[in-house]
Amino acid sequence: MEKLVNDFSFGLFFWQIIILVTLVILLAKFAWKPILDALNEREQGIQNALESAENARKEMQNLQADNEKLLQEARVERDNMIKEARQIKDKMIAEAKEDAQREGEKMIQQAKTTIQTEKNAALADIKNQVATLSVQIAEKVIREELSTKAKQERLVEDMLNDVTLN
Amino acid sequence: MQKENVAKFLLACLLMFVSVNSQAFTAKEPQEGGDAKVNTEEEIGEYIDHHLADSHYVNFFSDGETGAHYGFPLPVIIWDDGLRVFSSGGFHHGEDLVEIDGQHYRLYHSKIYKTDAEGTITYGENGFPSNERPLDFSITKNVLYMLLVSLLMLVMFRALAQSYKKRPIPKKFGRVLEPLVLYVRDEIAKPNIGKNYRKYTGFLLTVFFFIWILNLLGMTPLGVNVTGNIAVTMALALVTFFIVQFSGNKDYWKHIFWMPGVPWPMKIILAPIEVLGMFTKPFALMIRLFANITAGHVIIMTLLGFIVIFQNWIAGPAFFGFTIFIAIIELLVAFLQAYIFTLLSALYIGMAVEEHDDHHPADNEDIPVL
Repeated sequence: MEKLVNDFSFGLFFWQIIILVTLVILLAKFAWKPILDALNEREQGIQNALESAENARKEMQNLQADNEKLLQEARVERDNMIKEARQIKDKMIAEAKEDAQREGEKMIQQAKTTIQTEKNAALADIKNQVATLSVQIAEKVIREELSTKAKQERLVEDMLNDVTLN
Repeated sequence: MQKENVAKFLLACLLMFVSVNSQAFTAKEPQEGGDAKVNTEEEIGEYIDHHLADSHYVNFFSDGETGAHYGFPLPVIIWDDGLRVFSSGGFHHGEDLVEIDGQHYRLYHSKIYKTDAEGTITYGENGFPSNERPLDFSITKNVLYMLLVSLLMLVMFRALAQSYKKRPIPKKFGRVLEPLVLYVRDEIAKPNIGKNYRKYTGFLLTVFFFIWILNLLGMTPLGVNVTGNIAVTMALALVTFFIVQFSGNKDYWKHIFWMPGVPWPMKIILAPIEVLGMFTKPFALMIRLFANITAGHVIIMTLLGFIVIFQNWIAGPAFFGFTIFIAIIELLVAFLQAYIFTLLSALYIGMAVEEHDDHHPADNEDIPVL
């Protein structure tokens, strides 16, 4: 202990205090402050980057979910549209069929009427022609029958014979 | 593979240091007016004492045969009725007196004494010289190495600070420094001080690297023993002490002088104990660092001294190997002591700035009395 006290160097103590305090002040100003600030900034940066990556991931997930939902909706809508289209098609075909049938029937009816009319006209014509022919034939026959005097007399006679005097 | 190479390189460095250290022994360091060889127990003891002490010279190597010293003298600054500055070269390693204004000064066991013209040293009852000693503010070897380490730290950490302006992750040597800075901040400052840690991190970082680098320098054959000097550790501990006292909040002082949560007679008993605690904490810091580093140096030098004393083919390699073993432990201790000093400083600061919510009587009322 006495040796320790005897060996104690006040000069060294003095210089050490001065050097240490100066060193702390200088390093704090020129080294520790910029170093610690840079480290803090870097750590903050990493923290922020991680957070934003996490956020981006979440957003991505949301987007994906949205996409899935949209796709589902689109699929349902498509199915609906196809179904509707099929219904419309069926309806149109049915309507068209009905129309065609009706039209056909109408045309047939019309044709029938026309045929009837034509037939009637033709029959009338034939009747006329037959009548004319008959008259002509009768005329010719009569003309033939009454061509001679004898025949005329016989006719009269026949007719007279037929007429019974009552 | 690379790891293995690094390990080999470190081992080679260690071997070199130890061998150069042991060489220095046989070659003899300056011994004021002493004779050539260091090979008896007393001489080795004296040599170790001399190594542990501060010096007015930087000596790398001395030639035992011719008594020539390879190194350089340092400026001597003493206050003795006025400032006197001269080179320590004038002492010729203690062989000559320096005379200024009719006043004679003698360098005796690395200390400057005022003597008469013949350089007589008188001894007091305790066996130490009783001559008057002028106030010695010399730039001694330790001061020089502290300045060099300070400069080194300024250069290293300024470079690291600048590197952040160019890129967020440092390159080269900065990659070694950054984890250490982060270690001190995250493992020492943050957990012990709490939310106000930023204010004290600068001091803790400075102290940590200062002590560690000086401890490591002590492992080199440069013959440095800065952190094993009680004046240095006292200055370090004193700065911690003042920082703790000046950052102490109301709670801190209340816990010292009027401990909450205990009955009043206990408060009176606790106050002087707590006041004593204020001083024992930095005192322990001072002694711990000083004793650990000094012990390390003494062990290594003693083991090397054994090689010189025994001087045979069995003891030589055995003690050489043992020295390497201790040197590896000392390498660990160099870090450990820097870490402990910083950690405890942080802890004491943390205790001073802590916001206490516990110990309040209101909280203790719910505790059932058993």
